[in-house]
Amino acid sequence: MKIREIKELLGSEPITCVDCLDEEVTYGFASDLMSDVLALSSSNHVLLITGLMNLQTIRTAEMKDIKFIVFVRGKVPDEGIIELARENGLCIICTKESMFWTCGVLFSNGLQGAKINK
Amino acid sequence: MIDKEILKLHYDIASGDYIKGGEASSNIKRALMQLGVDNDIIKRICVASYEAEINIVIHSLGGYMEMKIFEDRIELIASDIGPGISDIELAMTVGYSTATQGAREMGFGAGMGLPNIKTNCDELDIQSSEGGSTTITMKIYFNKVVS
Repeated sequence: MKIREIKELLGSEPITCVDCLDEEVTYGFASDLMSDVLALSSSNHVLLITGLMNLQTIRTAEMKDIKFIVFVRGKVPDEGIIELARENGLCIICTKESMFWTCGVLFSNGLQGAKINK
Repeated sequence: MIDKEILKLHYDIASGDYIKGGEASSNIKRALMQLGVDNDIIKRICVASYEAEINIVIHSLGGYMEMKIFEDRIELIASDIGPGISDIELAMTVGYSTATQGAREMGFGAGMGLPNIKTNCDELDIQSSEGGSTTITMKIYFNKVVS
């Protein structure tokens, strides 16, 4: 799924990395627990969906090479978060929708669940 | 094991500093990328390093992170000045956590830190005593693959 499609489905423009609309993600992973994100077996082509907005969310994505994050429930990143995301080439999209709705609409349009260690 | 040390990086980690927490691991990642280390190995090192660094921020009175590169492996050392782990076996249990509400608000304290470190290391050693310091040594070899 292209970032352009995610943008249209969520009705939200990327805040950072605005020229990444033609890049693609295959898998989605939703969590407010960063250790769960760090425990992902593979983070290639993963979109992180989270309601946790702080610097450690960006750091976690950096550590796992996750390039795309959707922040749900209308949270707005402060300048420090935006700057760290830019430094790491991360694309941030914010939506006012809930995590459940966001996951549902992305899943029903083809985004697969990320692989996890079981 | 080959004991010729190629590079050593050292970072002091402050207790409770969620703003700078993660910077050491970020710097370690950049250094490994510049050295051309395999990407899958970098990811494993990053997860182990970041979890250990955040553990120092959350649980300790302060400490340091060190990364040493040898010809055949990378060693990460996370050491703090206390207050120590009373029951290491319990601390290794998935889901067990003594993290504060503040740590949980930052997205941590799910009881996955040490298990995540173990998953991503070839060798893990934890030395700790209640009321004393804790030192975690993590070894990741270049020629081993984690299943």
